[in-house]
Amino acid sequence: MNYNWDWSVFFKSTGIGSEIYLDWFIAGLGWTIALSLSAWVIALLLGTVLGVMRTLPGRFAARAATVYVELFRNVPLLVQLFIWYFIVPDWLPEKIELWFKQDLHPATSAFISVTVCLGLFTAARVCEQVRTGIQALPRGQSMAAYALGLRLPQVYRKVLLPQAFRIIIPPLTSEFLNVFKNSSVASLIGLMELLAQTKQTAEFTANLFEAFTLATVIYFVLNMGLMLVMRTVEKRVRVPGLIALGGK
Amino acid sequence: MKKMLRLSIAATALIAIGAQAEELSGTLKKIKDNGVIVIGHRDSSIPFSYLNNQKPIGYSMDLADKIVANVKKELKMPNLQVRYNLVTSQTRIPLVQNGTVDFECGSTTNNLERQKQVSFSVGIFEIGTRLLTKKTSGVKDFADLSGKNVVTTAGTTSERLIKAMNAEKKLDMNIISAKDHGESFLMLESGRAVAFMMDDALLAGEMAKAKNPNDWVIVGKPQSYEIYGCSLRKDDPQFKKVVDDALKATFKSPEMATIYKRWFQSPVPPKGLNLNFPMSEELKELLANPTDKSAEQM
Repeated sequence: MNYNWDWSVFFKSTGIGSEIYLDWFIAGLGWTIALSLSAWVIALLLGTVLGVMRTLPGRFAARAATVYVELFRNVPLLVQLFIWYFIVPDWLPEKIELWFKQDLHPATSAFISVTVCLGLFTAARVCEQVRTGIQALPRGQSMAAYALGLRLPQVYRKVLLPQAFRIIIPPLTSEFLNVFKNSSVASLIGLMELLAQTKQTAEFTANLFEAFTLATVIYFVLNMGLMLVMRTVEKRVRVPGLIALGGK
Repeated sequence: MKKMLRLSIAATALIAIGAQAEELSGTLKKIKDNGVIVIGHRDSSIPFSYLNNQKPIGYSMDLADKIVANVKKELKMPNLQVRYNLVTSQTRIPLVQNGTVDFECGSTTNNLERQKQVSFSVGIFEIGTRLLTKKTSGVKDFADLSGKNVVTTAGTTSERLIKAMNAEKKLDMNIISAKDHGESFLMLESGRAVAFMMDDALLAGEMAKAKNPNDWVIVGKPQSYEIYGCSLRKDDPQFKKVVDDALKATFKSPEMATIYKRWFQSPVPPKGLNLNFPMSEELKELLANPTDKSAEQM
């Protein structure tokens, strides 16, 4: 193939102020991390609540959580993002709508839309894992807890959830990594995260392969790093003798 | 690599027989061997290259037809098959380079960065980068954008220009980079931005698609001029000559005015909209003196 490789392109001036292309990647990485961590906080909190709801004895709570999961898991992420970004703001009261669309910095309003979208989408997936974690525990656990006189919230807080979370750390890790990869949808509404910066660099320099290679390396290193962190967490919190602890 | 091997075998064979002066090479040879020419086109660059009923049409596609006609004549293959391959702004250059398409005609700006990767035909169009805004917005020129939200399409020269302008003149604009022209216009229409900076011809295309085209106006002194060209593989003088000759002959013929009128001053599919975009002085000049240089080199 007739391609002109040039790896020095990252150190060339972008023609905007004194920036070089590498600065764009660093700024993009910053947005990707901020976006993913904020979305993950929403996903973990909401997902846990929903996961618990799905295992509650009461029918209504379980049904509501099921509807949520089916809705958010079955609509493509990109469609959800366009709804949050283009349609939901129009339903707000007019003053808030104008503030959101015009007074707020465009990056901030895009950031809010993506965080909410990605958080709620991932919450549905976290919910399913929390549910399976709880259901994987022997029924004797909750029965024994009740027999000791614990009330329902205490059963979950002190007995079921601490064990369930330990079991689901591996699948939860891949969900965590997915958030980082999924955050790239933000590039489609103009938030300059890593993928958007990559595409911009590719367009400006016509060095498409170099730009995407660097992005691949950054995503890979980032995700490997996170995986190692999660593995350490898994080891730290393990309780010797407890079931299914990552096979170690 | 197989192709390279085939080419090198062919080249060796040629040397062995004692090559004639007019032997085919590069793209022309590929076209002759395969019996098919592949044209890269866009899906929504109105009115340059876009899909209408699954068929690529537009100003650039009319010119691509002229190029194909000349290739047929050159190769004496009147029944040469033509295949169309959709490209995007991100894939157009790699697909030309790796041989998926033989040439691409759309709305590709000829610039120095791209010239390192592909070669360009003589320029087929010239635009100025300007602003689209609501008539009632009060925006008359770039200076009025200070402190406001401005949208542009990601990866375009306009994006680079407006970001540089913002940094240099400290205009404190908030710049939104939308993923394509349609989305940029949506940002403008939904009130997220007061102005949309882009190539004037494309702005006219977006304006024509609006619910009320009369609500909108194109303003501002052009911040740059850009020349669009068809992109071809580099270092292929034989094919480039056939392409350039076809375009130059078309530019000289009275048919050129008809082609321009068809896409810029008459209703165009799919909605029957008229862009009302008369030929600029810059384009007249370009058609009179064809060049494959980029605007920055002129």
